[in-house]
Amino acid sequence: MIDYKIINLGHGSGGLMTRNLLDDIIFKTFSNPFLDKKHDGSVVKIEGRIAISTDSFVISPIFFKGGNIGELAVNGTVNDVAMCGAQPKYLSLAFIIEEGLKVDDFVKIVNSIKKTADNCGVQIITGDTKVVERGKGDQIFINTTGFGSVNPKGNIAAENIKVGDKIIVNGCIAQHGMAIMSQREGLEFESTIVSDTTNLNFIANDLINAFGLGIHLFRDATRGGLASVLTEIASDIKKGVSINENDLPLERQVAAACEILGLDPLYVANEGVFVAIVDRGIADEVVKLMQNDSKGRHAVCIGDITKEHPNKVVMKSAIGGKRIVSPMIGEQLPRIC
Amino acid sequence: MKYLSEYRNLEATKSYLDLIANKVTRTWNIMEVCGGQTHGLVRNGILDLLPQQVQMIHGPGCPVCVTPLSLIDKAIELLEKGIIVCSFGDMIRVPGSKKSLLEAKADGGDLRILYSPLEAVKIAKNNPEKEVVFFAVGFETTAPANALSVLHAQKEGLTNYSILVSHVLVPPAMEAILDDEFCNIDAFLGAGHVCAIMGNEEYHPLSKKYNIPIIITGFEPLDLVQGIYMAVCQLEAGIHKVENQYSRVVKEEGNLAAKKVIQQVFEVGNREWRGIGEIPNSGYKVRKEFIAYDAETKFNIENIKVPESSICIAGEILRGIKKPRECPAFGKTCNPSNPLGAPMVSSEGACAAYFHFSNNEI
Repeated sequence: MIDYKIINLGHGSGGLMTRNLLDDIIFKTFSNPFLDKKHDGSVVKIEGRIAISTDSFVISPIFFKGGNIGELAVNGTVNDVAMCGAQPKYLSLAFIIEEGLKVDDFVKIVNSIKKTADNCGVQIITGDTKVVERGKGDQIFINTTGFGSVNPKGNIAAENIKVGDKIIVNGCIAQHGMAIMSQREGLEFESTIVSDTTNLNFIANDLINAFGLGIHLFRDATRGGLASVLTEIASDIKKGVSINENDLPLERQVAAACEILGLDPLYVANEGVFVAIVDRGIADEVVKLMQNDSKGRHAVCIGDITKEHPNKVVMKSAIGGKRIVSPMIGEQLPRIC
Repeated sequence: MKYLSEYRNLEATKSYLDLIANKVTRTWNIMEVCGGQTHGLVRNGILDLLPQQVQMIHGPGCPVCVTPLSLIDKAIELLEKGIIVCSFGDMIRVPGSKKSLLEAKADGGDLRILYSPLEAVKIAKNNPEKEVVFFAVGFETTAPANALSVLHAQKEGLTNYSILVSHVLVPPAMEAILDDEFCNIDAFLGAGHVCAIMGNEEYHPLSKKYNIPIIITGFEPLDLVQGIYMAVCQLEAGIHKVENQYSRVVKEEGNLAAKKVIQQVFEVGNREWRGIGEIPNSGYKVRKEFIAYDAETKFNIENIKVPESSICIAGEILRGIKKPRECPAFGKTCNPSNPLGAPMVSSEGACAAYFHFSNNEI
């Protein structure tokens, strides 16, 4: 039974209060054979090549339209492992909690982590909880590390990309970033835009199972948006990336919100969007398979890999002009007029 | 939000580009006054779709770019005094003489990035023990909201709110450009959003005095190519007058309610423009009746003065004398990560537009 309403420094002391917090909330929620041993680590058996990814989640507000920081922390890391061509199985989970966080909010986050992990087919097998003084955190920070077996039918690597390959995205861009923006202090405006946070591991695995080596690269377009992913790819492969503005999947209200705030949707963060670079011969079938999956309903081919303009991303504008899509320098900022 | 599709229509834009190509018989230099128009032209690749004879010259219409270095230093001084400084996002990366507002924030300054000065009034109300200053930058476009914030603060009885004013006016800048001995501008695309507030009245005498076409133009691709076509038509016919391409937004008399609020709080005075220098009667200052809300007076920072960078040619860029690529520092020692001048920082700066979008290097 939880008899405290807010997290205080005692919950991070390592003493009885810490044990109570873990027993009352963490172990109770995530109970599984690995965690139930209550050891500092877990011993697991994984066969074949292993993909590992770690990420820290520091988002404000911690609850937003379409999700919360806990859901994000699971999906984000699961997706990073999935983008390596692996099926994530296990997750570590570390909390840094600011003194004063409401226990109700913490419980909501933990329950959300449990639900999201179940949806992704992953288990939380180890973790850590620290409490920092008020003012030294932003309510809660979460770190997750995921690991899983690489699908032996695939080989996801930038060096496999060749001229003529097609660039496909699974869904509408800029939703997560605009959902967050619409709720931030000082930027509040009425909108029904919800975050697209979701897990992409099953759709990515299905693509590898169906098309094997024809899938050359996956990359999820999170911070920095689609533009950052594409500019990184162009720079890595030393080939050109060409995209068409008219083909970019963008919901009307997201486009409108970006216009109002003066933001370029290409650079706005996503949490459920990934890029697949595939052999041109299978591109149409890849799009079809994605469209039959709820995580890829709006899948579309947005461009291709070219011999021209190596290292650069060039976008054909809606009116037939061309422009370079350059890497983002800092955060996109609200503008004057 | 029809403008997201209708004013970006490929066929309609193409048809205006064809009309321009068929009409033009010689080289014309057309200045788009506003940085938003510069970005629209570059971002949509319009510059390369225009016939060679139509040369677009980028004007001084970026409020961030023309804010003098000393004003940024003044804002940083306020931050260092422990005052909460609120600003639009564009301003925070612009370098002052020693650092930017963003760096001053990293040093511990309480800087808030906002979309509206009314939010700053709310912050002042919620923090009665702290002083709150809004960095009131912009052309005529942002002046009504900034003035309104003062009226709101007065109504709320707040004594801890003030504004650091750096408001500049477009018509005097256009006149200063036309008076410059190196001026080679044949026509202007006037800034549509400025005219939405102020109307077209001030532009008629300007057009008449300098025999120059002024087309009040919007920001979408179709607005821009239609505006350019209207300018070319006037130039080829040898006529010069003010025309309103942006009639869906701009009325001849402007927005009377907004103008009234401006007049209530501000009066016209001399203003320094970054890279250009002082232009008489080219800006707003706080009226005596509202001097308690003027941060420069309130915190005694009027005397902070700083010389401009000797390397950066922002002044020549802003006056349309040189294009960004003509600057030896462009893309080398001056880039968005390490800007020497504001045109490389602001989202509407001509140098930043060229750096981010231009396809000259494709």
